[in-house]
Amino acid sequence: MQKHALVKTLGLTLGAVLMTACASNSDLAEGDELQPLDAAAQETAAEVETKGVDAQAVAGEQVDAAANEAQAALMDVSVFYFAFDNTTIKADSKNSLIAHSQYLAANPSARVVLEGHADERGTVEYNLALAERRALSVSRFLKANGAASAQIETVSFGEERPALMGHNDDSWSQNRRVEIKYQSR
Amino acid sequence: MQVSVLKLVIQVLLLSILALQTRAELVIEITQGKQSAIPMAVVPFKWKGLKALPENVAQIVANDLGRSGYFNSLAKTEMLSLPNTEEEIFYRDWELLKQDYLVVGEIKEDSRGGYIINFKLIDVNTRTALMNQKLTGGASALRDIAHFMSDRIFAALTGLPGAFSTKLVYVTTNRERTKFNLSYADADGAREQNIFSSKQPIISPAWSYDGKKIAYASFENGRSEIFIQEIASGKREKIASFKGSNSAPAFSPDGKQMAMVLSRNGNPDVYVMDLASRKLNRITKHYGIDTEPQWMPDGQSLIFTSSRVGKPQIYQVSIADKKPKRITFEGDYNARARITPDGRKMVMVHRNNGRFHIATQNMKTGVLQILTSETQLDESPSVAPNGSMVVYAASVGDRSILAAVSLDGEVKFRLPSKYGDVREPAWSPLLK
Repeated sequence: MQKHALVKTLGLTLGAVLMTACASNSDLAEGDELQPLDAAAQETAAEVETKGVDAQAVAGEQVDAAANEAQAALMDVSVFYFAFDNTTIKADSKNSLIAHSQYLAANPSARVVLEGHADERGTVEYNLALAERRALSVSRFLKANGAASAQIETVSFGEERPALMGHNDDSWSQNRRVEIKYQSR
Repeated sequence: MQVSVLKLVIQVLLLSILALQTRAELVIEITQGKQSAIPMAVVPFKWKGLKALPENVAQIVANDLGRSGYFNSLAKTEMLSLPNTEEEIFYRDWELLKQDYLVVGEIKEDSRGGYIINFKLIDVNTRTALMNQKLTGGASALRDIAHFMSDRIFAALTGLPGAFSTKLVYVTTNRERTKFNLSYADADGAREQNIFSSKQPIISPAWSYDGKKIAYASFENGRSEIFIQEIASGKREKIASFKGSNSAPAFSPDGKQMAMVLSRNGNPDVYVMDLASRKLNRITKHYGIDTEPQWMPDGQSLIFTSSRVGKPQIYQVSIADKKPKRITFEGDYNARARITPDGRKMVMVHRNNGRFHIATQNMKTGVLQILTSETQLDESPSVAPNGSMVVYAASVGDRSILAAVSLDGEVKFRLPSKYGDVREPAWSPLLK
């Protein structure tokens, strides 16, 4: 139990550190479009490891209860948004995605489907591909943070299933998204 | 002499009154006409049957020719006389109305309950009949006869095959996106019927070159899979359901192969499937998006959309060497290209100042021309089999409708839709 709690706390702290790192890197991350998929995945993984060393030093058990609560709050977020014609995970999505990764790592029988979506602008098939790459981006992020491949499935709906029906920026920004749907917990 | 002057005065008066009245009727469908369109009149055909005819044949022909952009059809209310035979034509009426051509004819019932139509195409300037034909058809075929007549007249006057007897398939959905239909209709939107319905999305319908089958991607099993459906029988067959997305089907010109997009290896790439053996030939291998493949008319190469430079652009790749070559350079969003039947022009979605429009690009010179400006979020262009028009989906108000534009951008019209959103049109080949 103690060990388990420590792992969770460690993860949370790690996440916080990672968030800081990512926030400062977010402008750069926008340009990552052209990197091969594998390289992008490796880079994310490498980042997690490097920061992990610092994180250990600040781990403490007294924040355990708060950490659990914070973790649950983070996991309440299950929809992640994207910029137009972009598949890069936004900096403010990362904490929640890390919480989901940790949950998946701690519960090997849990399964998720990642549903990728695009807004209506541009062509139907390009948007299908774009939305699929958004789902794949999230999948790689979850795996890099501890989830197993077998736990994740991705599916793209392109522009076919908008969350909001409006033809304006507000609707479009809500429609460019990946939804995490748990098939089993 | 006096009588004739009086008659002329009355005619001019009538003409100006009627011209005012009828303008509104014309602009409903045709939003922009061609400056150089040839003026012609299709005079209502004579019919002596007891029951009213189920279709207004002359009106269908007039609408067909008017929508083609090559002709300006005179409204019935502007006509000064209504001849049904060559002998009844008073040429000065038509000279006064500045009409170049005239179609007159009569419809009779045959002994089996079908119809016989005799019609003549008249050149007003030389006062001669250019065409004198007899068409016959069954009771339910009046609309088909009308479109066939339009094809004949169009071909005689332009030298191009008419595309009025062709069909469209498109996807209709309700506002809530809980019901999707694959619809099949005449090229003018008439006689719509649903050939497939689903609660899940249907996208990317594509015709086989013989006009007998439709391929499309359906989400009925939770993700996109490719199906082929025979139009006559409705028989469906699942062609591709690999892991990930299966989409963007395109029959090869010889009908033996199908280009498609599969993400079975984690990222969308273009493949060609041999339909008999189901063997796959991977054409692109890139970490960017590769999608929307389309065959060049010779069947030797494909054009497709790729994001390999960061934003979507059109590439061409030969099946033999698989080395993609970029062919669009103007703007930061060019996608879903379609080729005209003669292979000389490409039609695509092009973003200009943040707005999506239909544009053409000359395949030889690379010169790009934007065709649409009134509609928004234009997508899914599909070229008529005679290369005259492009049908596409667009957003007008808060609805998605079908609109069409001629390849030179001069003629524009909209296809009225009864309800919901209409998307993803695909124009059939010429049907035999």
